[in-house]
Amino acid sequence: MSPKQKRLLTRIVVALVIFFAVIALEETGVLRATFGSPGDVYAEFALFLIPYLIAGYDVIAGAFRGLVRGHALDEDFLMTVATFGAFSLVAFPHTEPHMAEGAAVMLFFQVGELFQSYAVDKSRKSIADMMDIAPEFANVMEEGKLKQVDPFELAPDDEFIVMPGERIPLDGVILTGESQIDTAALTGESVPRTAQPGDEVISGCVNLTGKLVVRATKPFEDSTVSRILELVENAAEKKARTENFITRFARVYTPIVVGVAAVLAIVPPLLFGQDWADWVLRGLTFLVVSCPCALVISVPLSFFGGIGGASRLGILVKGSNYLEALGSTETVVFDKTGTLTDGTFAVTELMCAPGVTEAELVATAAAAEAFSTHPIAQSVRAYGEAMANGERPGGAPATNGGRPATDAAPLADRVRDVREVSGQGVEATVDGRAVLVGNGKLMAAHAVPFQATDAAGTVLYVAADGAFLGTIVIADTIKPTAAQAIADLRAAGVKKTVMLTGDRADVAASVAARLGIDEVHSELLPQDKVAEVEALLAETERTSHGKGKLAFVGDGINDAPVLTRADIGIAMGAMGSDAAIEAADVVLMNDNPDDIARAIDLARRTMRIVWQNIVFALGIKFAVLVLAAFGIANMWMAVFADVGVAVIAILNAMRAMNVRN
Amino acid sequence: MRKSFKLENLDCANCAAKMEAGISELPGVSKATISFMTSKLMIDADTDDAEAFAAIVDAAQQVCASYEKDCIIKR
Repeated sequence: MSPKQKRLLTRIVVALVIFFAVIALEETGVLRATFGSPGDVYAEFALFLIPYLIAGYDVIAGAFRGLVRGHALDEDFLMTVATFGAFSLVAFPHTEPHMAEGAAVMLFFQVGELFQSYAVDKSRKSIADMMDIAPEFANVMEEGKLKQVDPFELAPDDEFIVMPGERIPLDGVILTGESQIDTAALTGESVPRTAQPGDEVISGCVNLTGKLVVRATKPFEDSTVSRILELVENAAEKKARTENFITRFARVYTPIVVGVAAVLAIVPPLLFGQDWADWVLRGLTFLVVSCPCALVISVPLSFFGGIGGASRLGILVKGSNYLEALGSTETVVFDKTGTLTDGTFAVTELMCAPGVTEAELVATAAAAEAFSTHPIAQSVRAYGEAMANGERPGGAPATNGGRPATDAAPLADRVRDVREVSGQGVEATVDGRAVLVGNGKLMAAHAVPFQATDAAGTVLYVAADGAFLGTIVIADTIKPTAAQAIADLRAAGVKKTVMLTGDRADVAASVAARLGIDEVHSELLPQDKVAEVEALLAETERTSHGKGKLAFVGDGINDAPVLTRADIGIAMGAMGSDAAIEAADVVLMNDNPDDIARAIDLARRTMRIVWQNIVFALGIKFAVLVLAAFGIANMWMAVFADVGVAVIAILNAMRAMNVRN
Repeated sequence: MRKSFKLENLDCANCAAKMEAGISELPGVSKATISFMTSKLMIDADTDDAEAFAAIVDAAQQVCASYEKDCIIKR
């Protein structure tokens, strides 16, 4: 508890003791015996003022300060008016005025404030603890001695040492040492990773077993841990629609309730000759309920708790608005590679045209693809190299003694005029021959007669000088958790799953069938994906009457335009990838597609908590208002409807932070 | 220019919402947000001049103090 809270607590305790002492005096008839009637009412008035002022002098001071500055209708002001009003009923001694209520309202208002401020501190602290992944120091070697410095002071290429048990301060590459690395703080993944020299390490992870010497690759402010912290802290700036709605609601709620209170207090006694004391009290009860604090605190707190809880699972949500949208996801669109399949391609089949050897086929294709960074090209080259070394991955030894016929000159001299045709393949001049490596469209475009195949996988047709050499089939491996992930999405309430891919229709269809995906769009060029997502966005909007959202899941490497276009852009396996963290709205640190369903579940749970709080707080307030208007609810209930509800809503909101790991 | 500040002694969520609205309406401020949970104030101002920005922060401090007298913008 802070010193400020302790002082308030002391005041409340003292005031409570006096308050109950006065009640005892009244109940035992001592007051009436001493002062007679109505003298006892005036005595009560004076006596209850003591605990009232002890507990509430700062509220009264705040009310006047607010009034001077032109902020009427703040909480302090409303409480002061309500309690002043209760005390002013002393002017009607015959009605048995509620002096005790005036003091009690102030007392319990302060008890509630104390609770509230304690609960807010608590949740601020647990959020801070959750975010406690920032490394405090880095060890550097200076003149043969280990010295602790602020990670801010290190620059890229500086070397630092991470001892077992310490947090890695900056992103870097291991120079020497082997260790197990605990990435749980960033990814929620509990199994440690093994790290060896040459491996990249990510700041914020904990080094478990061995001493590591690391060369920094990024300054501290660009390191993963800084970026994550910044992202989560700034997430609160992007407010959800519900949050903005509550803020707007709060702005009109208070004036309306206060207006009704004034009408209630004045009109019935004035026009219909009703009892002043009774109706003024009803109006005062209204004032006590007129603060919207429970809502204004608990809604953002729920969102922030949800975002904080998600980050513990390695799911970074960049704003409350995205968490809200994620909760109404109806369509999930996957860019196949890197999300459902892990993007590692391997040659699975070779089909040679008559008179062509396998080695020739592979070597020609590998040469044409020599300068491509595409994963398919890489797997062809890897296969070609393995063949050249006399191995044949997963098969019999290569047929022509292992060496391709023409490998004497360096590749750069042999391969010229490389041209990548987007969505089709590669054209190049290899050893003077015009080589084509690509799909059926490429062959058709150059009028090469080719033997089409329906093998499942990515099919590369190879041709040289217009003659068909053969076919290389490359398959992408499906992630082990992908099928489960799709099933979980359905369980989480997603109505439709779609897969987009540049792959051939039959490959795409076979992957989709195995995973249980509803809809497939294949043979897409990168620019087609934006158009497909736009069409799907319109469809989702139509079928859900504007309520459902579309999430696009990509690996974040070259799908930035689509990530931005979707309602929610989700980037996967983004640990250490700046581009993905930049482009996406939701970043999954892990490579696990199952995290999408977890993120949606978490968002739905957060939204449930948000709506529980809204309905609960408004329900109670409204009920008390109605009861007060009919003279049934008293000030005690009103105080509960104000601070009691706020405390309960805060406690409920804090549940959003608790996540199963 | 856009800068974030820590707010000290921010105790009341409704006040935070009012401060946010008040600061947003200050001349030269294009956007202001207060996150009650993280006690952070973000001011996005049209000016790139450090002095002019400092003046805006001073004005924002006035707004904060008018709702919560102990509330301080840390800079």
